[in-house]
Amino acid sequence: MAYKTTIEQTVFRFDDLKTLLAKATPERSGDQLAGIAAEGPVERLAAQMALADLPLKSFLGEELISSDDDEVSRLIAERHDPAAFSAVSSLTVGEFREWLLKPETTHDRLEAVTWGLTPEMVAAVSKIMRLQDMIAVSAKRRVVTRFRNTIGLAGRLSTRNQPNHPTDDSRGIIASAIDGLLMGSGDAVIGVNPATDATDDYIRIVSLLDELREKLAIPTQTCCLGHVTTAIHAIERGAPVDLVFQSVAGSEKANRGFGVDLALLKEAHEAGRSLNRGMPGANVMYFETGQGAALSADAHFGVDQQTMEVRAYAVAREFDPLLVNTVVGFIGPEYLFNGKQIIRAGIEDHFCGKLLGLPMGVDVCYTNHADADQEDMDTLLTLLCAANVNFVITVPGADDIMLNYQSLSHHDAVYCRETLKRPPAPEFEQWLSEIGLTDRDGALIGEPAALSNYVRSSALIGA
Amino acid sequence: MAKVIEPSAAEKTLDLREMTDARVSLGRHGAGLPTQAQLSFLLDHARAREAVWTSVDRASLTDRLNRIGLSVIGVDSMAPDRSIYVRRPDLGRLLAPESTERLKQAGTGKGYDVAIVVADGLSSSAVDLNAVPLIEALSPKLTTLNLSAAPIVMANQSRVALGDPAGEALGAKLTIVLVGERPGLSAADSLGAYITYGPKSGNPDSGRNCVSNIRDGGLPIREAAEVIAALVKDMMKTRVSGVALKAAVAKLPPSNV
Repeated sequence: MAYKTTIEQTVFRFDDLKTLLAKATPERSGDQLAGIAAEGPVERLAAQMALADLPLKSFLGEELISSDDDEVSRLIAERHDPAAFSAVSSLTVGEFREWLLKPETTHDRLEAVTWGLTPEMVAAVSKIMRLQDMIAVSAKRRVVTRFRNTIGLAGRLSTRNQPNHPTDDSRGIIASAIDGLLMGSGDAVIGVNPATDATDDYIRIVSLLDELREKLAIPTQTCCLGHVTTAIHAIERGAPVDLVFQSVAGSEKANRGFGVDLALLKEAHEAGRSLNRGMPGANVMYFETGQGAALSADAHFGVDQQTMEVRAYAVAREFDPLLVNTVVGFIGPEYLFNGKQIIRAGIEDHFCGKLLGLPMGVDVCYTNHADADQEDMDTLLTLLCAANVNFVITVPGADDIMLNYQSLSHHDAVYCRETLKRPPAPEFEQWLSEIGLTDRDGALIGEPAALSNYVRSSALIGA
Repeated sequence: MAKVIEPSAAEKTLDLREMTDARVSLGRHGAGLPTQAQLSFLLDHARAREAVWTSVDRASLTDRLNRIGLSVIGVDSMAPDRSIYVRRPDLGRLLAPESTERLKQAGTGKGYDVAIVVADGLSSSAVDLNAVPLIEALSPKLTTLNLSAAPIVMANQSRVALGDPAGEALGAKLTIVLVGERPGLSAADSLGAYITYGPKSGNPDSGRNCVSNIRDGGLPIREAAEVIAALVKDMMKTRVSGVALKAAVAKLPPSNV
């Protein structure tokens, strides 16, 4: 079906729904690379106007990628809940935006509509929302998950402590993790991106992190971000696996590029749950996503990168994850060119993930060939805190020496606590105080003996 | 009164820096980094950005290569400038039509064994600092292997895969692309070498072998040249490169290894 808008006698025509969505997307280099972006700002506005008039119901009648060819499309269709959708089923995309913004649309109403919304509806409405619109709505939507602590409560911010090391050196990982703990980072997870995908290294890394957590009695969870198949093998060998990690994307073909499909993810989810390491009913999955993943795998089917990203959230929400984050600036300037595009994408991804019921976090980050810097990251972090983001990622001095990109610094977590008044998960907050890292007001006070002694006593780590 | 024993400074403070190259134990003032740490980070970022955004000094590189007896042909990709180049990796993999012609004319009719392509990639500093010394170390090794070498191709706004059409136009059996790697904060001058047997437009990346992090403080030039020459030797024997190379070498008759 074709869509049309007329602006001062000029008729703009969009051949189908995916063209309309692509042309309505705020400017980004990835859609330009794919050759599907609007020609310029006026055509973009014409598409946004046509999109605003489109009934939400249209998305149930026209698939962007056919269910015949794609299991993610099938999943989206199967999981759509008409009863939940009824609250907004009569609205256009433009009216849906207004409904989201109204004060009467409270957290509970947003939660009730979660499974009535498809990724395409959520992506569509985000395309006609400003940053402030998306922040205002996200701030109303809490998604709370649990493993050993409680993540996503209103007014709090958790952090992933990411102690990566270029050769997965055990002492290097511990030093980096301790550096983060000293600044109060690590309540979302202490999670390492391994340099190799060898099962032995995976087991060594999770064992190392588990010992650290256990000895210091930290109410948090640990993770080695290897492939799900490695995690399954490690679980079979009795490794202490808290969270099972996987990168996911928005089409079957793109997921195949990551070496996974829905059946394998289900198997991994069941393996993770079988260990019962968290509290009863704990969420055990951790997913990462990012705009451009499908295009870079040539698996986007002419659909814009932001809509493909939101389709990845349909995959993630199938497995009740503890944590999901977009690695927003990691993929490079051919997908998100500069700070402005990275900031918008970070706010979009968080908003869309939350509306679909995901415990959404963001890796606030950039690479050296993108036109971005620390000030763009300051802006995005501050906006995300206003939007009530579940968690962000921090590394020593904002420099990830394994993945060679800049994420946030542990110092930035301190800024969120002290200036933006965002304490961590309550269980972790209490631990910080008990072990002597923080005073009664939650302010960091230094290096407690328990941590120094741990590092000294583990001088033989990895030996 | 019992004497209070103060822990020594060494006991009191952890020396995490001795355990990792990560930016640990930076200290802080509130949430802020100490001024020196902040400025030092910004300097590293400035270096990395400069490596991405400045051009390779082609005149100087050509001059240095000429002085060691090597001729140079300059070529361009289809990306007209840096700003388009970083957004359009596809254009950086294509050879401009005039450049294709230039390389075809440089072909001898009977072709070459090896073509070395110097590509700016994402770091001009890597190319400026490391390309000529590496070629200087590598050239005699190729001669020892009795391999004929094409003139050095100096490619502007170029990704790794540009080596395929370049090698094809020259009629080379194998290409060695020396490319400036995406700069990190700790090193902005890493050179990568991608070696492909049978260069042809559209070759998959799985058909290449890579030697990376070639720089002072990374993989030293001399060692890199040895590794590259060994790979070239194996590829010329097996006529295979990339992920399949190991298996192909294993199948060689013992006398030929």
